Amino acid sequence: MSEATAAAAAPVAYNEEVIRKFAIATMFWGVVAFAAGVYIALELTFPVLNLGLEYTTFGRLRPLHTSAAIFAFGGNALMASSLYCVQRTCRASLFGGKTTADFLFWGYQFFIVLAAWGYVNGITQSKEYAEPEWMVDLWLTVVWVVYLVVFAGTILKRKEPHIYVANWFFLAFILTVAILHIVNNLAVPVSLTGMKSYTLYSGVQDALTQWWYGHNAVGFFLTAGFLGIMYYFVPKQADRPIYSYRLSIVHFWSLIFLYIWAGPHHLHYTALPEWSQSVGMIFSVMLWMPSWGGMINGLMTLKGAWWKLRTDPVLRMMVAAVGFYGMSTFEGPLMSIRAVNSLSHYTDWTIGHVHSGALGWVAFISFGAIYYLVPKLWKRERLYSIKLVSWHFWIATVGILLYITAMWVSGIMQGLMWRTYDELGFLQYSFVETVEAMHPFYMIRAAGGVLFLIGALVMAYNMWRTIRGDLRLEAPAGGIAAQPAQ
Amino acid sequence: MTTPKKDELTGVATTGHEWDGLTELNNPLPRWWLYVLYATIVFGVIYAFFVPPIPGVEGILPTTRQALSERVAEAREGQATFLTGIENSDAAQIRADGELFAFATAGGAASFAENCAPCHGAGGAGAPGYPSLADDVWLWGGTLGDIEATIIHGVRSDDPDTRYSEMLAFGRDGILTGAQIGDVANYVLSLSGKAPDAQAAAAGKEIFAENCTSCHGENGEGMQELGAPALDDAIWLYGGTLADVETQITNPKHGVMPAWGGRLDETTIKMLTVYVSTLGGYEE
Repeated sequence: MSEATAAAAAPVAYNEEVIRKFAIATMFWGVVAFAAGVYIALELTFPVLNLGLEYTTFGRLRPLHTSAAIFAFGGNALMASSLYCVQRTCRASLFGGKTTADFLFWGYQFFIVLAAWGYVNGITQSKEYAEPEWMVDLWLTVVWVVYLVVFAGTILKRKEPHIYVANWFFLAFILTVAILHIVNNLAVPVSLTGMKSYTLYSGVQDALTQWWYGHNAVGFFLTAGFLGIMYYFVPKQADRPIYSYRLSIVHFWSLIFLYIWAGPHHLHYTALPEWSQSVGMIFSVMLWMPSWGGMINGLMTLKGAWWKLRTDPVLRMMVAAVGFYGMSTFEGPLMSIRAVNSLSHYTDWTIGHVHSGALGWVAFISFGAIYYLVPKLWKRERLYSIKLVSWHFWIATVGILLYITAMWVSGIMQGLMWRTYDELGFLQYSFVETVEAMHPFYMIRAAGGVLFLIGALVMAYNMWRTIRGDLRLEAPAGGIAAQPAQ
Repeated sequence: MTTPKKDELTGVATTGHEWDGLTELNNPLPRWWLYVLYATIVFGVIYAFFVPPIPGVEGILPTTRQALSERVAEAREGQATFLTGIENSDAAQIRADGELFAFATAGGAASFAENCAPCHGAGGAGAPGYPSLADDVWLWGGTLGDIEATIIHGVRSDDPDTRYSEMLAFGRDGILTGAQIGDVANYVLSLSGKAPDAQAAAAGKEIFAENCTSCHGENGEGMQELGAPALDDAIWLYGGTLADVETQITNPKHGVMPAWGGRLDETTIKMLTVYVSTLGGYEE
C-alpha cells in the first residue's frame, strides 16, 4: 500500500477544466440532436413541416440529426468521459497539457458546426454518417489524431502498472474510428477551392467501404466507446468491483476481432457478391456473445448490490442502458440473418433497432456518466435534485418504449405489406398504401421523441442548478433502504 | 498492489489490480456465455457449407439470385395461361371471359396502384387537375380502345402519337377583355344551372358561340376528339367556381399524362384498360 499512500501524498493535477467543457457541450448538443430528431419525425408525419424550403427538407435535416446525435452528443460524451477516466485510472494528467486539450475541445466543436452548416446548405458527399465533404474531413482528421495522441500519451505516462479495461475500449474506439474515417473518406476534390469531391471508390466497392465504415462506426464509436464509459462509471456509481476480469479480456478481443467483418450485412440482397454477404452474416451471428459479454459484466457488477437501484436513479439509468444494450445487440445479429433481413431491410424496423441502441444504450449511459461527473467536476456535494433524475429516467424510458414499439410494428407491417401477393400473383399493396398505414405509428414515434426531449431538458435544468451550486431539499428516494445483512 | 483481496458481498477474490478505487473480481467466464459463443461459431461453420463465405465456391443452397429467378419463373408459370390469354385477346374479349376478366382486373389494380394512383388517386378518384376515372365521363373517349390508346400514348406527352390539344389563352393573349371573360364564365356555369349572374350569363352567350363552340360544342357538350371537356355537367377538372372558370379562360392549364407504351408491357396496359373500365363504366 506504500504506493497508494505516496499517491495520496502527491495528488495529480488532473485537467478537469476541459472535461467540464465537454460535459456542457454534451448536454447542449444532446438537446439539439433530440430536438432535430423530433422535428424530422414530425416532418415524416406531417410533410408540410418541410416548409417548402430546401434548408429545412427532411433530406438535409436528417444528417443534421444523425450527426448531432452520434458525433456531437455522443462524441462529446465520449471525450468527456474518456479523458476523465484515463486521467484517474492512470493517475496522470492529460498528455499535451492544457493547450492541446483546449485545441481538441474547440477543434471538435468547430468540426460539428462546419458539418452542420454544410448539411443545411446541401454540401454533402452523400455517405451515411460520413456526409461532410473533404475539407471538413481533413479538419476532423487533424482533431482526431490529436485526440489519439492525448489519450495514448496519457496512458503511456501512467503511474499504474496496468491499463484499466475502460481504457482498452476507449483506445480501440479512437484508433479504429481514425482508420475508418480516413479510408472511407478518401476522395478526389474537384478543385482545391471548392467543396465538391468524388470518392475514390466506385459502385459496389464504394458501398462495401461505406458499410464497413458505417457498421464499425456503430461497433467502435457507439459500442466500444460507450462500453468504455460503462466500465468506468457503472462500477464507480455502484461502488462495486467489475464482475469478471477474464470476461472483460475475452469479450474485448472477440468483439474487436469480429466486429470489423460484420459490415456486409447492410448489403444483403444487393449487387455485393453473395460470398461477402455471407461473411457479414456469419460474423454478425458470432458477434452476439462478445457483445453480451459487456452486458453481463455491467449487470453482474451489481451482484449483491441490486438494492441500490431502488434509491439511486443514476445507477438505474446506467443499468437500463446496459439492458437496452443487451436487447439491441441481440436484435442486431438477428436482423443480420438473411431470412430476417429480407423482411426487415429498408423498413422502419431498422430505425427502431438503431434507436433502441442510440436512445436506450448510448444516450442513457451518457446521461448516467454526466450525472456522475457534474457534482464531481464542479465540486458539489451532490446533484441539485435526485428526484428530477428519477423523473428524467421515467419520462425518457416511456419515450424510448413508445419509439421502438411503434417502429417494430410499423416496420414489420411495412415489410409484410411489401411482400403480400394475392392468389393470382399480384402485389397487394402499393408503396403509398404502406406509407398511409404507417402514419399512426409515425405519430406515436414522434410522441416518444418528444418525451425523450423533455427528459433531456429536465436533465439540462438539473445540471444547470447543480453547477450554480443549488441543492434541492428532498426526502431520500425509495424510503429507507436498509442495506442487506452481509 | 497486486495482492488479491476477498470481496465481502460475494466472497470472490479480486485480481489484485486497482485503479482510482476500481477493482475487478476474478470470476470465470460464465459457462452458458461460453457455450453459446461456441454454438454461434458452429452455426457459422455449418452455414458456410450452405452459402460459402468464400469467392467462387458453390454452396448447398442456391444463391439468392438463383432463388429469385426460380421464384420469378415459378410465378410467371402460374400466370402463363392467363397472360397468353390476355395477349391473344383485346380488351372487350377479356371482359367477356370470366376468368381472364378477373385476372386482368386484379393485375390492372396492382399496376394502377403503383403507376396511376399518384395522380389519379386510389381507385381513380381523381384530384384537381387530374381527371377522375371513377365516373362515366371521358375527356378523350371512353371506349376500351380509347382508354387503351390514352394509356399507350399519353396526353401532351413526348410520344409522337400523343393526344394533344391546347385551349387558347383568351385573357393572357388579349382575345377577350376581362368583362367578356366574366360574362362567358357566367354563361358556362349557366349550362349546368349554376350561374351566379343571369344577366352576365345572357351577355356571355354570344361570346361563347363565337369563341368556344368550335371545340366545346354548340351547347357545351364537349368534344372527345379534341379532349375538350363537356361544360354542361357538374364535373370540373380545374374547379367549378366562377373564379376557377375565369382563371381557366384567362390562362388555361394543360395537364400532361406520360405515355406508358414502352414503360409497361402490352399485357399490363390491357389489364389497366380493363381495370379502368370497371371503375366507373366505359362507352360501348
